Amino acid sequence: MTHAHDPFVRVVKRTNIERSKVVLFRLTALVGALLAGALLVALLGYDPAQMYGDMVSGAIKGFIGVNKKGVLAFTNASQATIKIMTLLLVSALGLTMAFKMRFWNIGGEGQILVGAICSSYVAIQFGDTWPQWLILPAMFLAGCVGGGLYGLLPAIFKARWGTNETLFTLMLNYIALNFITYLQYQPSWQITGTSFPKIRDFADSTQLPGVLGVHIGWIIALLLAVLVYLYFAKTKQGYEITVVGESANTARYAGMNVTRIILRTMFISGAICGFAGFLQVSGADGTLTTDTAGGAGFTAITVAWLAGMNPLLMIVYSFFIAILERGSNRIQTTMGIPKSAADMLIGIILFFMLGVEFFINYRLVFRARHRKEEAAA
Amino acid sequence: MSYGITNILNFLNMAVLASAPLLLATLGEILTEKSGNLNLGVEGMMFMGAIASLGAAYSYEQAVTLAGGMPSPLLATLIAAGAAAAAGALGALIYAFLVVTLRANQNVTGLTLTIFGTGFANFFGELIGKQAGGFVQVSAATKAMFGNLDMGALSQIPVLGPLLFRYNWMVYFGLVAMLVMAWFLGRSRRGLNLRAVGENPATADAAGVNVARYKYMATIAGGALCGLGGMYISMSSTACAGVWVHNCVNGYGWLAVALVIFATWSPTRAWLCGLVFGGLLVVRNYYPIPGLPMQIYSMFPYIATILVLVFASIRQVKEHAQPASCGLNYFREER
Repeated sequence: MTHAHDPFVRVVKRTNIERSKVVLFRLTALVGALLAGALLVALLGYDPAQMYGDMVSGAIKGFIGVNKKGVLAFTNASQATIKIMTLLLVSALGLTMAFKMRFWNIGGEGQILVGAICSSYVAIQFGDTWPQWLILPAMFLAGCVGGGLYGLLPAIFKARWGTNETLFTLMLNYIALNFITYLQYQPSWQITGTSFPKIRDFADSTQLPGVLGVHIGWIIALLLAVLVYLYFAKTKQGYEITVVGESANTARYAGMNVTRIILRTMFISGAICGFAGFLQVSGADGTLTTDTAGGAGFTAITVAWLAGMNPLLMIVYSFFIAILERGSNRIQTTMGIPKSAADMLIGIILFFMLGVEFFINYRLVFRARHRKEEAAA
Repeated sequence: MSYGITNILNFLNMAVLASAPLLLATLGEILTEKSGNLNLGVEGMMFMGAIASLGAAYSYEQAVTLAGGMPSPLLATLIAAGAAAAAGALGALIYAFLVVTLRANQNVTGLTLTIFGTGFANFFGELIGKQAGGFVQVSAATKAMFGNLDMGALSQIPVLGPLLFRYNWMVYFGLVAMLVMAWFLGRSRRGLNLRAVGENPATADAAGVNVARYKYMATIAGGALCGLGGMYISMSSTACAGVWVHNCVNGYGWLAVALVIFATWSPTRAWLCGLVFGGLLVVRNYYPIPGLPMQIYSMFPYIATILVLVFASIRQVKEHAQPASCGLNYFREER
C-alpha cells in the first residue's frame, strides 16, 4: 500500500474525551490568552506582571472584612466588582435562554435599557409618594415586563417570517439608547427647575437594601443562576428550548409548538435582562443614564459563551470578567494603560477559547503517526 | 440659488458623504458572505482600520518630522490606506482561521471580532493620544488630502458641480470598488467559483475549486474593504477628520451588515441602498419635522433597518437570496 498521497495531517473527530482533559484544554487556552495579552503590553513597554497584579488588587483588594464602622462588608474595591458581576451574571443568564435556542439575541443591551427605563418611569412617577414595600415590587415588575416585551418583538417576526434576529435585536439597542437621550431632555425627568439634560436621582425609597455593602441584587443573581440551571436541567420548558435549538424540525415532529416556545423563551430572556436593568437603577446607580447598561449586554454574551451556556459556571466567569473590567480602571490610574485594555483582553480570551474547541472536538493525525498506527493494527 | 435648492444640494451632498463608509463596508461584507462566511465582525474590522490608518499616518509624520524632514501628505495618505486595509485584513484573517481552519461558530467568532476590534481601536487610540500629549491628530496637510476635492471647472458647474465633483477621493474610490466587484462577481471566472463556494461548497469542491482558499481570500479581501470603510470614518468624516474620537465607528459596521441584506448581495444595489441610508443618517439636519424631537428623529436609520429586515424576510425572492451555505462551515469529511 502506498502512502504517497496521504495528506501531511488529517483531522479526525474525537469520539470520546475525558472531562478532565476538556477542563485542562480550556485552562491552557485561558492561560495562553493571558500570556498573549502579557506579550502585547510587554511589547508596548509596560510590565505585564504589574498590570495583572494591579488589576487583581484593584478589583478585589481585601475582598471582604470588617470596615471602620465595625460591620462585615465587602471592601471598597470589591464592592464595585460585585456590582459589575451582578449585572453581567443576570444579563448572561437572560441571554443564555435565547442562545440555548440558537436565537442570537444580541439585544441584551437594549433589553437592559428598556427594563431600566420602565423601572425608572415608576420611580419618577411614584417614588415620592409610594412606600418602599410597594414601589420596589412595582419597579421590578415594570422592568421585567418592559425588557420581556422588548425581547418578544423580534421573536414574533422571527417565528412568523424568519426575520434575522441578530440585526433586529441589535438595532433595538440603538433605539433604546436614543430614547434615554430623549428622556434626558424631558423636564419631568430632570432635576426640578433645571434644564440640564440629565435624569434626576431617584428617591431613597426606590433603592434596594444592601447586604455586606452591596445592593441585595448580587444574592438574587446567584439564586437566579441556580434557578436557570434547574430550569434547563429539570423542567419540560427547559428541555423544549434545547430541542428547538438542536433542530426546529425535530421539535415540530415531536409535536412541540415551536412558535410558542420561541415567543415564551424570548420573553423570559428579555425579562431577565430587563431585571438586570431594574437592578442597575434601583441598586447600583440610583438613576438612569445612557451608561446604565455600559456595554454589559455585549460582555454578557462573552460570559454566556465562555461558560458553555452552563448557568453555574457563569458565576465563575462573570466574576472573572468583572475583575478584568474593574481592574482595568485601576491600571489606567496606576500605570497609564487605557482601560479599553479589558475589552481587548476579553476579545483575545474568546479567540483562544473558540480556537481550543477545535482541539476538544477533533484530533490531528500526522502522516508518520498514521503509518505507525496502521502498522500496529 | 434659492434656499430650497441649496438645502437639497447640501442634503444630497451629506448623504453621499455619509454613505461612503457604509458602501465600503457593505461591499466588503458582500464579498465575505459570497464565500459562505457570515462575518459579524464588520464593526470590529472598521474600528481596526480606523485606528490603524490614523495611527500609521500620525507615526509616519512624527518620524519624518523628528528626522528633520517635511512629511509628504500624499505618502501619509497612502500609508494610512495601506494600514487600514492591512488592519481590516488582519481581523478577517483571525476570523477566517478560526472559522475555516478551526471550524468555530461563525456568529460567535464574528461577535468576538467586534468586541476585540472595538477594544483594540479604543485602546490604541487612547494610548497614542496619551503619548501625543492629549489626543492624536494628523497634520493639516494630511487632513486636507481627505477633505473635499476641487476639480477646477468641473466643480464649478452649477448644481452638477457640487452634486458630483466635489467629494473626497474615498467617495470615488468606493464607486470604483463597487464597479470592480460587480464585474468580478458577475463576469469573471474566479467570481463564479467564489459564488459556487458560497452556494454549495461540496459541489465546488468536487469541481476542483479550493474551497478553503476561496473562503480565506474573499474574507480577507472583504476585511480590507471594511478596514478602508473604518479609515473613512477616522480620516474623512466631519465628526473625526483626522482626530481619534472614542467609539467613533459607533454602529456603522452593523448598519453595513444590514445593508447587505437590503442590497440582496448585489454590489450595484449596495451603492443605491447605501445612498438611501446615508440620507437617513443625515436627513434630520436638513429637514426637521415640526414637533418631532431630534433624539427620536435620530432613531430613523435603525427603525428603517428593522423595516428592511422585516420586508426582506416576508418577500423571500429565491434568486436574490443569501448564498445558500452562508453561516455554515464546510467540513469535507462530513459530506
